[in-house]
Amino acid sequence: MLSPEEWEAVRLSLAVAGRSVLVSLLPAVLVAWALARGRFPGRMLLDALVHLPLVVPPVVVGWGLLMLFGLRGPVGAVLNDWFGIRLVFTTGGAALATAVMSFPLIVRSVRLGLEGLDPGLEAAARTLGAGPLDRFLTVTLPLMSPGILAGAVTAFAAGLGEFGAVITFASNIPGETQTLPLAIYAATQTPGGEAAAGRLALVSFALALAGLLLAELAGRRLGRWIGRT
Amino acid sequence: MLEVALRHRFPGFALDAEFASPGPGVTALFGPSGCGKSTILAAIAGLLRPEAGRVALDGAVLLDTARGIALPPERRRCGVVFQDSRLFPHLSVASNLRYGLRRAPRDATGPSVEEVVALLGLGALLGRRPLGLSGGERQRVALGRALLARPRLLLMDEPLASLDAARRAEVLPFLARLRDAAGLPILYVTHALEEVDALADRLVLLEAGRVLAEGPVEALAARPDLPALARRRDAGALIGCTVLAQDAARGLTRLGFEGGALEVAQRLGLAVGARLRLRLRARDVAVALEAPRGVSMHNILPCRLESIAPAGEAEVLLRLLVGPTPLLARITRDSQARLGLAPGMAVFALVKSVAFDHAAVAA
Repeated sequence: MLSPEEWEAVRLSLAVAGRSVLVSLLPAVLVAWALARGRFPGRMLLDALVHLPLVVPPVVVGWGLLMLFGLRGPVGAVLNDWFGIRLVFTTGGAALATAVMSFPLIVRSVRLGLEGLDPGLEAAARTLGAGPLDRFLTVTLPLMSPGILAGAVTAFAAGLGEFGAVITFASNIPGETQTLPLAIYAATQTPGGEAAAGRLALVSFALALAGLLLAELAGRRLGRWIGRT
Repeated sequence: MLEVALRHRFPGFALDAEFASPGPGVTALFGPSGCGKSTILAAIAGLLRPEAGRVALDGAVLLDTARGIALPPERRRCGVVFQDSRLFPHLSVASNLRYGLRRAPRDATGPSVEEVVALLGLGALLGRRPLGLSGGERQRVALGRALLARPRLLLMDEPLASLDAARRAEVLPFLARLRDAAGLPILYVTHALEEVDALADRLVLLEAGRVLAEGPVEALAARPDLPALARRRDAGALIGCTVLAQDAARGLTRLGFEGGALEVAQRLGLAVGARLRLRLRARDVAVALEAPRGVSMHNILPCRLESIAPAGEAEVLLRLLVGPTPLLARITRDSQARLGLAPGMAVFALVKSVAFDHAAVAA
């Protein structure tokens, strides 16, 4: 059905999307926490900054990453010279670009879950003797888990299809950074590649749909688990 | 001994309250909505930081703004029962009950899970989730959870206010049992007089953020000078009684109190010797100069008229003493004039035997 190269693109897409979610989940939860609960100067600015990837052209995000994480960029140079880590034109770079793009999706979802959480429950936990970390782990986190899960799955599904930022920052290298959408793009640029593009588009569509259905299903189960139905 | 002194300002509202509550038993914080009673509770629990204040429990300082002491709620060991139960929805009833117990200090003493489950009748609920429980069941679980945290003080913030009358009646006896079993000081916020009658030993009367009066419930209920109590339609003396006899033939129950006895329409289910508290509403008490004959009323109590206080345009409140026990009677200004009533006179208080629909069983 699919050629080995095409399977490679599917595998790479899953790996990049998966790694992007792994990388951005914890910071996204922290940022969502700060935005939902924190009262600090610059909160609105942070809010805007987090949402920037939703409105800025993905190519611009990719260009920004290139400036920051390129071999001569302020962060990229340090990573390369001190730790020997190179992000441009690598799978890791593709994951980073995808993570930045899907970051706001997770933040929004987690934040919605947090804002719907009754702070009275945390107050009750305090009166029952639970300290900050204790009540975060035993009350807050379980109750916001549907939001985290929904955010993670949505980000994963969206990450499968990230194009602009990835191609700008990580380029289109088969087996390294050529994810599904990049492979589809490459196929459409090749004479006689229409059939391959069609097959990959179908796979892409199926994966996204499966991801969203899975998110809905898992969200419901979690909702029941935390007693919200 | 709980000592509380708090000052806090909200936009349009200032709290400036000070009171003390000695030893175990229920102290009711009573007043209309917005009088600051829930704010006081939150400040004692540590959930609200007042601008100034001091809270000490048996000598342990929980809050002292002057000395910069403010223990966080998790270290105050004040069990709180909220109006909206606040059970953890993701945990079973059993896990909810154990939540505080797991975090209680090792040396803290108190009833075991089994004892609390039996006390509050929670056995059938243990495996269930809070979402599936009725409002009354939820509050019972919340009571158990607070008690099992082995607190030094129980704070109850209108625990029955979100329930309908039937559910209130269902939970109230459990509250009374918990009060008797816990042996803890309990601070009970409410604006419902029935709950005060049924549960409270002491009363702190609040209005607009200030303490109007504090003292034993019976003493405050018989004061005609407290409009928050005396102006109510159900104003009246609270009388601690002991069941003396059940007269099945006549359909009467005879109750003794300090200084006299009352006959009331029979209440079955009260054993001889049981203690209970009656609210004798001022509007159900009439006054005569001589013991009347040929009246249907059973209770003709010789008493001394202690004081007369105006109560509205056309009425007065009489404070009568039957032995040492005070009663209140509400009569018209005209009746006062016709009878020539003046403090110090010997009169008779007339009470219908069917006048008590507010009887509350107390320990």
